[in-house]
Amino acid sequence: MARVVVSVMPKPEILDPQGKAVHGALPRLGFTGITDVRQGKRFELEVEGELTEQRLAEIHDLAERLLSNPVIEDYTVTVEPGVVA
Amino acid sequence: MKIGVVTFPGSLDDVDAQRAVRLAGGEPVALWHGDHDLRGVDAVVLPGGFSYGDYLRCGAIARFAPIMTSVVEAAGGGLPVLGICNGFQILCESHLLPGALIRNDHRKFVCVDQRLRIESNRTAWTSAYDEGQEVTIVLKNGEGGFVADQETLDRLEGEGRVVARYLDRNPNGSMRDIAGIANERGNVVGLMPHPEHAVEELCGVGTDGLGFFTSALKALTSA
Repeated sequence: MARVVVSVMPKPEILDPQGKAVHGALPRLGFTGITDVRQGKRFELEVEGELTEQRLAEIHDLAERLLSNPVIEDYTVTVEPGVVA
Repeated sequence: MKIGVVTFPGSLDDVDAQRAVRLAGGEPVALWHGDHDLRGVDAVVLPGGFSYGDYLRCGAIARFAPIMTSVVEAAGGGLPVLGICNGFQILCESHLLPGALIRNDHRKFVCVDQRLRIESNRTAWTSAYDEGQEVTIVLKNGEGGFVADQETLDRLEGEGRVVARYLDRNPNGSMRDIAGIANERGNVVGLMPHPEHAVEELCGVGTDGLGFFTSALKALTSA
């Protein structure tokens, strides 16, 4: 078993109203010095068996076709350390 | 002429769309997201709502519904397809139309009678209008901001594929005030406002929306 994390973020040039709303709430809570907030998504995939190159390639395909929309989002795929059994 | 209206889990305006088809003189046919069968329809409407709860991204899960495989294939063959609001989002996620729809820039849900200019009547869904005609149609969305890269926007403008544009004010942050676009062939149209809510004098803002449905019926009759 292995855990693979897919992180999806809005592209830098795409407006992120959710991140803006969060950023706008910070001063009200007394937080200062944070100049920007952008909100994305984190997917944790539990992968059966050995994490082969082919498996990783499949996960990239999944990230590109379903988990993200390449028109407005970028994604990264990372293998969670320590979870491999 | 039969116009199919797809119901996904979470669709809201499927019955209104069926009613609009009937008022325009067509025969509405209910289509189910879990089927592959288009039941011999001559055109398809993907209605508004919150398919699959808008989980992941609006339209992202609906795009993989069994019926969409058939719709994408038929659209490639020239079948007229109109996506309204959530339907527009599904068409973008399906890559039948370029660009994407993101959360409104002002972060609020918008529900207004919206003035629009019909920019192109060379599509299967707008031929009943005059180019430049101004109409008022209901707009209601939380994620209606149309975005695409500059090159895509220039291509859409250059090829006359901007179908409708917002007038008076930009209600959701859409780039270049775009309210609707078409594919190259003009058979697939995505529209953020809801023409099916503007088809009767009794309720709503009038009947300016009826033209989208009569256009398709006219295109089918003359084909």
